[in-house]
Amino acid sequence: MLNDIQKRILEIVADMKDTGSGAVNIRSDGEKAFRRNTEHIVIESKTDKDGIDIRIAPGTKKEAVHIPVLLTKTGLQDMVYNDFYIGEDAEVDIIAGCGIHNCGEGHSQHDGVHTFYVGKNASVKYVEKHYGEGDGKRTLNPQTVVYLQEGATITLETTQIRGVDDTKRYTKVICEGENSEVIIRENLLTEGEQFAHSEMDVFLNAAGSRAQIISRSVAKDRSVQVFYPRAEGNSACFGHVQCDAIIMGGAKVRAIPEITCNHVDASLIHEAAIGRIAGEQILKLMTLGMDAEAAEQKILEGFLR
Amino acid sequence: MLEIKNLSYRVENADIVNSVDLLVPDRSFMVITGPNGGGKTSLAKLVMGISTPTGGSIFWDGQDITALSVTQRARLGISYGFQQPPRFKGMKVRDLLEIAAGEHISHDKACSYLTKVGLCARDYIERDVDSSLSGGEVKRIEIATVLARRCKLMIFDEPEAGIDLWSFARLTETFQEIHDRKEASILIISHQERIIRLADEIVLLAGGKITAKGSVDEVYPQIVSDTVAGCNRLEVKGAC
Ligand SMILES: Nc1ncnc2c1ncn2[C@@H]1O[C@H](COP(=O)(O)OP(=O)(O)OP(=O)(O)O)[C@@H](O)[C@H]1O
Ligand SMILES: [Mg+2]
Repeated sequence: MLNDIQKRILEIVADMKDTGSGAVNIRSDGEKAFRRNTEHIVIESKTDKDGIDIRIAPGTKKEAVHIPVLLTKTGLQDMVYNDFYIGEDAEVDIIAGCGIHNCGEGHSQHDGVHTFYVGKNASVKYVEKHYGEGDGKRTLNPQTVVYLQEGATITLETTQIRGVDDTKRYTKVICEGENSEVIIRENLLTEGEQFAHSEMDVFLNAAGSRAQIISRSVAKDRSVQVFYPRAEGNSACFGHVQCDAIIMGGAKVRAIPEITCNHVDASLIHEAAIGRIAGEQILKLMTLGMDAEAAEQKILEGFLR
Repeated sequence: MLEIKNLSYRVENADIVNSVDLLVPDRSFMVITGPNGGGKTSLAKLVMGISTPTGGSIFWDGQDITALSVTQRARLGISYGFQQPPRFKGMKVRDLLEIAAGEHISHDKACSYLTKVGLCARDYIERDVDSSLSGGEVKRIEIATVLARRCKLMIFDEPEAGIDLWSFARLTETFQEIHDRKEASILIISHQERIIRLADEIVLLAGGKITAKGSVDEVYPQIVSDTVAGCNRLEVKGAC
């Protein structure tokens, strides 16, 4: 059913062996390749456009949904809309991920719009890995929109591992309910001539809402990265935006964190730092017996973990 | 055995290390002390290969290592604990200990290295070695990484700096143990009487030169008489 390329990429982007276990939806080259529902998690194809609705029953505990997307044909342009409805008190892990294998001349592109409606006191961990390989151009433009009800929590962990030539990502989180919380961890690596642009809007609209945005990136060669994380405090809330980049070779990184407080009890902080790997760090690892190259690799690995 | 021969390090016409000759015999315990800016850290960095000397040579077990890289020297059995250890975003205490040990280490093993510097492994092993750690914690982890390397030569640069009294007591025991078991040569840069008193040999380094060398009984009284409150004659050679 799945070929070797598909299996290999599934393992990279979704940590899946074959079709894995639990609720699964595999989309490959613009079509549904595999689906499995569980008692609490139901996935249905949309009828008006490409994409799926994922419904997670209230009270679901410790379940995971895997929804990887694969592009293995050259020149394919794929656009999907995935909506997640997470019931009250549910605790789930959602593992998305997109792998492009483009061994042709054409330009492969996947644009995904993911919208999360997270119910009261529900807790979601969303993990998304992006990966590309092959000679043809590979573009990924993910959009993520999150609505959090009272006491709801979401952790968004997004990683662009390697091989994505062009990415423009947009993330919007609206803390609608009191004491809702969002944690965003974005890890990005660009090399060669790659370009990455990441924009975020986090609205802290309810009392006690919290946001933590941590962006870590490594820009190598002549790649270019732009970060534009914005947080807006409209209530008694707390937010922390942190952009950290390691720059190497002839790369360029621009970070423009923006915080806006529209409420006297809103407390927002931003930090941004861009710089080369500290020479002392490399030297320290060399004194432990590593050579300079391995030391550099180790430092970058840790930084992007 | 480490042999330093006529070693110099000159930066912008300043003799930071000036024609130093020094022998560190196998399994010895040597303490280098002296005024701030005397050249102690500079000398240690020359031995580790972090800085390149402008003159002289360094021999390790009879091999001339003057031109070798830091990595090569580390692999030959020389280790160095930084005076001011760097921090790493995203590197865990366990990662550093494993790099140092050169292999995967069990929880118990990691625990033993951390215990030797007065840290409780359970609390620290999964922590990042970043700015969330206190100064004394980073310093003790640094020392633990040197212990984990189990090298023939261990150089510690002011291991006592920033360390509380309880951990310091544990640390001196650790140094004493290594020495008693004849596991390695220990070369410690220190300003602490308690560490100085452990040494077989004390070296006084001031103005980039060795100004005194000998046993504790020979050298310590001289240091005490030379350091009159408010006037450090070692630094300015009686000019004040
Ligand atoms: N790269 C350099 N360029 C200029 N001056 C230097 C350089 N490295 C060291 N120095 C100077 O050399 C002197 C010796 O420095 P070093 O760090 O070796 O002192 P130290 O004996 O370890 O002092 P402390 O007890 O304060 O640690 C100092 O005056 C220092 O400012
Ligand atoms: Mg020093």
